[in-house]
Amino acid sequence: MSLDLPLIWAGIIAFAVLMYVILDGFDLGIGILFPFARSKEERDVMMNTVAPVWDGNETWLVLGGGGLLAAFPLAYSILMPALYLPVLLMLGGLILRGVAFEFRFRARQRGRAFWTQMFSGGSILTTFAQGLILGGFIQGVTVRDDRFAGGPYDWLTPYTMLVAAGLLAGYALLGAAWLMLKTKDNLHGDARRWTGWSAFATAVLLGAVSVATLFAHPRVADRWGLNLGASAGVDWSVLTPLLIIPLIGTAGLFLILDGVRRGSHSRPFIGALVVFLSGYLGLAVGFAPYVVPYAVDFRVAAAPDNALGLMLAGAAFIVPMILAYTAWVYWVFRGKIDEDSGYH
Amino acid sequence: MDFDALLLSRMQFAFTVAFHILFPAFTIGLASYLAVLEGLWLRTKKDVFKTLYLFWVKIFALSFGMGVVSGVVLSYQFGTNWSEFIRLTGGVIGPLMAYEVLTAFFLEASFLGVMLFGWSKVGNRLHFVATVLVAVGTAISAFWILAANSWMQTPVGYEILPDGRFAATDYWQVIFNPSFPSRFVHMMLAAYLTTALVVGAVSAWHLLKGRKDPARPGLPESRVALTMAVGLIAVAAPLQLWAGHWSGEVAHEHQPSKLAAIEGYWETRPDQPLHLFAIPDRSIQGNRFEVSIPGVGNMIQGVPRDEPITGLDQFAPEDQPPPVIPFFGFRIMVGLGLLMIGLGLWGAWLVWRRRLFESPWFMRFAVAMGPAGFIAVLAGWMVTEVGRQPWVVYGVLRTSDAVSAVLASQVATSLLTYIVVYAIVFTAGALFILRLMHEGPVAAATEPAPRQDRPPGWALSHAPEDTPGDPS
Repeated sequence: MSLDLPLIWAGIIAFAVLMYVILDGFDLGIGILFPFARSKEERDVMMNTVAPVWDGNETWLVLGGGGLLAAFPLAYSILMPALYLPVLLMLGGLILRGVAFEFRFRARQRGRAFWTQMFSGGSILTTFAQGLILGGFIQGVTVRDDRFAGGPYDWLTPYTMLVAAGLLAGYALLGAAWLMLKTKDNLHGDARRWTGWSAFATAVLLGAVSVATLFAHPRVADRWGLNLGASAGVDWSVLTPLLIIPLIGTAGLFLILDGVRRGSHSRPFIGALVVFLSGYLGLAVGFAPYVVPYAVDFRVAAAPDNALGLMLAGAAFIVPMILAYTAWVYWVFRGKIDEDSGYH
Repeated sequence: MDFDALLLSRMQFAFTVAFHILFPAFTIGLASYLAVLEGLWLRTKKDVFKTLYLFWVKIFALSFGMGVVSGVVLSYQFGTNWSEFIRLTGGVIGPLMAYEVLTAFFLEASFLGVMLFGWSKVGNRLHFVATVLVAVGTAISAFWILAANSWMQTPVGYEILPDGRFAATDYWQVIFNPSFPSRFVHMMLAAYLTTALVVGAVSAWHLLKGRKDPARPGLPESRVALTMAVGLIAVAAPLQLWAGHWSGEVAHEHQPSKLAAIEGYWETRPDQPLHLFAIPDRSIQGNRFEVSIPGVGNMIQGVPRDEPITGLDQFAPEDQPPPVIPFFGFRIMVGLGLLMIGLGLWGAWLVWRRRLFESPWFMRFAVAMGPAGFIAVLAGWMVTEVGRQPWVVYGVLRTSDAVSAVLASQVATSLLTYIVVYAIVFTAGALFILRLMHEGPVAAATEPAPRQDRPPGWALSHAPEDTPGDPS
């Protein structure tokens, strides 16, 4: 029996990226919401809801990047130079917000204010840069002779800016819904308002991104069964089964808004996850099976089979273990945050 | 010198990796130290161990955080700046990096949360397990990254496909390549020594202060910590001399140009001298201002006196490593290593005579040696990485063929960004760590209350420092 190793690895990396977006999404969202907090104490509690888990969350980004490097080195070597500056912005943001967890707690008066701004600014910068990276990826990358052959600012277009704005709203939504799950009293009330607003912004921007994506590259519209050219038309046999994806997204939004209205603590977060899943699937339809959109598909970019096989032998055991102990850690820190227990 | 994308990328990698290596070098040892402290506390129930644990775990958290953020930068830099390297060799070393993420990073990151925040949520034993797993994770991480780096030094177990890409023929050989065992042992010992030197220096500093003020709190803890540090240095420093020598033998066999650069040998000949000091100069293909001991070079390399040792004259100038950094880096590293052995032996002798805490000169020496591990680690990495040049994969792939096709202006932007961000972040981090060290193992004894950083008597009515008017 021979396994389709490139396909399995494409699946593993897609899973790692989805895990990253959801998990780091809510803790980046905390930073995005920081400017809206009422007081220093509120910010402390917000930060403490993610302090024990953010590092593990961010590790999925390293798995996504490291996995891409190892399983699809060709794709990695094309995408990273193509996205040089947004990757730099993302890393800069991640550094500033990452150290802020410890530094903000250790600093005194003025230092604390500075690291509060760095946490918030770093989270926003990271998210915005990730949006530019995502947008730059979806709109396609110029490749010649197995190397990036585009310009240094190809990733800077109205489309990528729109995607970045959408991601900001989306992460804020995840963060706000997470806070509804983890907090009580006044902060919970604030989180509920934030969830409503960010759900609204996410809905509008996700809709805009969805439409814009159809125009980002002719192939995307084609994959959705839409012909946007001179002879505009719809291929319903292609489009109909895909309509389930926007339906899932709408259901997620409904779950959020209904949860907010009825005062449910958990349903908005579940709804936010559903919205992200639908957005993820919706974008994937457009570019799959390319791993460097519209130039290199995942089979061409794959590392030799022995490399993929060696990694799969380990990943098959280790990824379930990682999921198990990650779940255990979340279970240890389950429930509402205890506002009296400060940092360690 | 032309500031092209290659040179700027090399400067950027050297800059970011040099900052990064300081943190693993410290946290690998510190994680193990914390595991030992917690184990001793569980076994003996003596408060002194718990106090020490609570003290050092704060410093660990800060260092680990800085290690994480500076490490993420490196993993992406392979793609942004060295994409040709990844395109060509990704199939060989990619799996090693992937295994590092899978087996180490998740373990460390997940259980760190329990270690830092979980003491009241899980039992003592489970908390101890978390500490041990973090320590194990740091060592596993070192295993994989040194396997990858060592393969770049001594590549085996691969073939080059017709399209120029590399593929592994035998991963066992790739991982356990000739220079890996010695370099892994060398790095682990370096990490333990670095930690022991820092722990020893902080403890000695507090004990020195305590000589004037015997009522000073935290002295019993500092005594225990200093004794533990001395014990480790006394054993590990001599072992490190042996491990370093082992690494040198491997370089002699597999990387002759690196060894020649380290030793300042330009001429291939038997009966090489030992250059204590020199300024190697490529333009004259020789050394200036040599201070040498004739007749002992071969002996130090473990090579019979009548057997020739390769000099740089065996390599075309474009295949020679730049000799100055390996030459001086090596001497700094060895010099510090010898001082560490001296510190360990002196301390062991004082412990044996039960006079460890009565010698202010020893304690001053211990304080002065606090940063020695960091300097030695940096010097050692410069020796090995610059000594590998002009190759990124020794003898196979040139560094100049590994760089991304990005603009020099892009790399200049990123290099400048990293310099500014790192200057802010690591200055602040160093200050926080030094402040904690200054407080000593006492401050940690009281269970941390929220916002205890506020000095006593602070007016609570004071406006919250980071709350603007009404942002919402």
